[in-house]
Amino acid sequence: MSFEIKSSGETYDVIIVGSGAGGGMASKILSEAGLSVAVLEAGKDFDPAKDEDRTQLRPAWESPRRGAGTRIRPFGDFDQAIGGWDIEGEPYTRASGTSFDWFRSRMLGGRTNHWGRISLRFGPNDFKRKDIDGMGDNWPIGYDDLKPYYDRVDKLIGVFGSKEGIYNEPDGFFLPPPKPRLHEMYIMKGAKKSNMPVIPGRLSMLTRPINNERGVCFFCNQCNRACQAYADFSSGTCLVKPAMAKGKVELYTQAMVRAVTTDNNGKATGVSFISKIDMKEYKLKSRVVVLGASACESARIMLNSKSNSHPNGVGNSSGMVGRYLHDSTGADRMGIMPELIDRERYNEDGVGGMHVYTPWWLDNKKLDFARGYHIEYWGGMTMPSYGIGFSMDTMRKYLKDEFGNPSPNGGYGEGLKKDVRRIYGSTLGMSGRGESIPQYSNYCEIDNNVVDKFGIPVLKFHYQWTDQEIKQAKHMQDTFEEILTESGATLLGQKPGPETMYGLATPGRIIHEVGTTRMGNDPSTSVLNSNCQAHDCDNLFVVDAGPFVSQADKNPTWTILALAWRTSDYIVSELKKKNI
Amino acid sequence: MNRRENLKLLFTGSLASGLLFTSCSPEDKQADLSPKISGGTPGGRIEEEIQRDQRLLSETFFTEEERKKLEVLVDIIMPADEESGSASQAGVPDFIEFMMKDSPGYQTPMRGGMMWLDSYGNDVYGKTFLELSKKERMEVIDLIAWPDKASPEVKGAVTFFNLLRNLTATGYFTSEMGYQYLGYKGNTPNAWDGVPEEVMKKHGVELPEKYLAHYLKPEERGTVAVWDDDGNLIG
Repeated sequence: MSFEIKSSGETYDVIIVGSGAGGGMASKILSEAGLSVAVLEAGKDFDPAKDEDRTQLRPAWESPRRGAGTRIRPFGDFDQAIGGWDIEGEPYTRASGTSFDWFRSRMLGGRTNHWGRISLRFGPNDFKRKDIDGMGDNWPIGYDDLKPYYDRVDKLIGVFGSKEGIYNEPDGFFLPPPKPRLHEMYIMKGAKKSNMPVIPGRLSMLTRPINNERGVCFFCNQCNRACQAYADFSSGTCLVKPAMAKGKVELYTQAMVRAVTTDNNGKATGVSFISKIDMKEYKLKSRVVVLGASACESARIMLNSKSNSHPNGVGNSSGMVGRYLHDSTGADRMGIMPELIDRERYNEDGVGGMHVYTPWWLDNKKLDFARGYHIEYWGGMTMPSYGIGFSMDTMRKYLKDEFGNPSPNGGYGEGLKKDVRRIYGSTLGMSGRGESIPQYSNYCEIDNNVVDKFGIPVLKFHYQWTDQEIKQAKHMQDTFEEILTESGATLLGQKPGPETMYGLATPGRIIHEVGTTRMGNDPSTSVLNSNCQAHDCDNLFVVDAGPFVSQADKNPTWTILALAWRTSDYIVSELKKKNI
Repeated sequence: MNRRENLKLLFTGSLASGLLFTSCSPEDKQADLSPKISGGTPGGRIEEEIQRDQRLLSETFFTEEERKKLEVLVDIIMPADEESGSASQAGVPDFIEFMMKDSPGYQTPMRGGMMWLDSYGNDVYGKTFLELSKKERMEVIDLIAWPDKASPEVKGAVTFFNLLRNLTATGYFTSEMGYQYLGYKGNTPNAWDGVPEEVMKKHGVELPEKYLAHYLKPEERGTVAVWDDDGNLIG
């Protein structure tokens, strides 16, 4: 296919690639500083406040598949993440013997439309892990560098939580947390017996307003469907749209960026993108290029941006682009709570996530693995959707009649119907989300044999867990059994053992992939400096999770937002000083 | 935002910055995406999804004979009772028909299982499943409906019946009738203020003293949050 490439007349101050958490924050801060900004998004426009985009509050029967997942929406038919693990025409490959699954969203706001809104700050230790356990590397910045930005993010976007005074779980400017649900209170009781903390969750939903522009949470438990009241954080509704309303921000949708363009001196001059409308390539110019396309996609763009001045790809003179890719660890377990069978009905939706969680509570010096994990809890009388009533061929035996006799598994008829009703809301479970050790040998690179439908070479992943993550998953499984048992639940399923790496999720599955363009003080071992500026291209910046040196046992979004804000402030100041 | 406004947004940036699209106008290129068959999922669908739903809704998987069998079977699994209607009254057969196309992996086990019912009927009673009397049908179903008691020779049919039970139960409980029968109270705007007092009492749980002052108070949901410098909510 021949491309008709045309250059644009106008030059923007900044081009931002991607409209997720990092790109959205950059668009807001940079445009508020008076800069002209172009935001390029590979998907379409999206606004949950418009009825044609709304899936919130729709009952299951409005979906012919009753909410079941599809290739495009693997988390359910009403989930607002358009894309998935396997996008038609946009392949990626894996080296043999390794595994990595890559979740992408093609829409304004990216994955922030459906994410879990768990909004945890990294703590002081999380930036200096090498000092503590000798593994991986320290960040070139510390908690004190980011704290002011976390504070601003809390106030700008809103997060509920409780002040706890735990050293490595820094408190912030919290909105009031919601009271726990019933199964969460059982878990609190059980965990207490094991001396494990269970504290109010820290999620970015507005239990109270923070301004007059966004609504408050009305407790439908459907944040993954994106909120028509803008009462939870998504980048489109809280950052990009407001930036477009106030500043000089132009949004290009359906624009698939292929490469950063550079001049003979190696400076970035803009980007080349393929319009999905006509499948033609276009160029846009700018003084500064900001990549926020997601850790792996930004790495891909940099690796595909080869020129005489950047023969290995822009920003890649160290060869580190794509290296140290790492995801959170994940493992789960579930049980059934006899006390919750035949339970009283009331509206238990709450916010779209857990009202309580367990932050990492142990000392790794006394354990056989180096890094911690937090625990997320789930259960309750959630909206019936595809999957309700499944597995009565194994689950019915947990239901007992008035004489204490268990129901027979399987069956049919009025009795089965009643048993599905009786068991509703009695299962619960938990998921561990932990820190892995970043490895040079876990990486993504360009697969020179494969291109996507835009003709852009695709990523090839190399990723294997190490003993550290496997031992951590084993510890998770022991802990899950302890909490469930102490809470009075009956364990369901077999405890995952060594043959499945203790249920450790495939790399990429937790969708916390970070580290591909890591920051550092040494240009030979890092891609970016401590301001997320490329060592070898001073007007190129990265604002997604690529700059992370290590991922912590926290979810990455709050740190992406804080870092993107800090990076944006730096860009404004460098432009003012005419340094870039 | 209507389609024209949407397109305007799409192109504003590029036109304003001097790019020219040389191909035919965007209005000409835009396919007519309006669904012709009702029943597809609403809400922010992309073209691929609309087309797929349309295609699946226009196709028919079950033969007439199979469809009749399906209606009998789902009502055996989820019958009407004094409190609510049956699976067929709740629209479960249409849901299962759709799922056969949405998850093609279900097709062979479902079709094969239905065939088994006829083969078994022919072997034992000299009749297809639908020709059997009610009593005879239940004799056949009882062979495959109880996985812990079923004989190893009918294991394949047990697996089929498990699948049918799953889809019937899920179809039933995700229908409007199913929500009512279940007593589901959610999916409506509200102000969550915790588990009802009497329920907590019955379950012997209470809210931790430590957080009582900090939990969200519904009456404060309208007040814009203000903090002091240490992050304490002061308004």
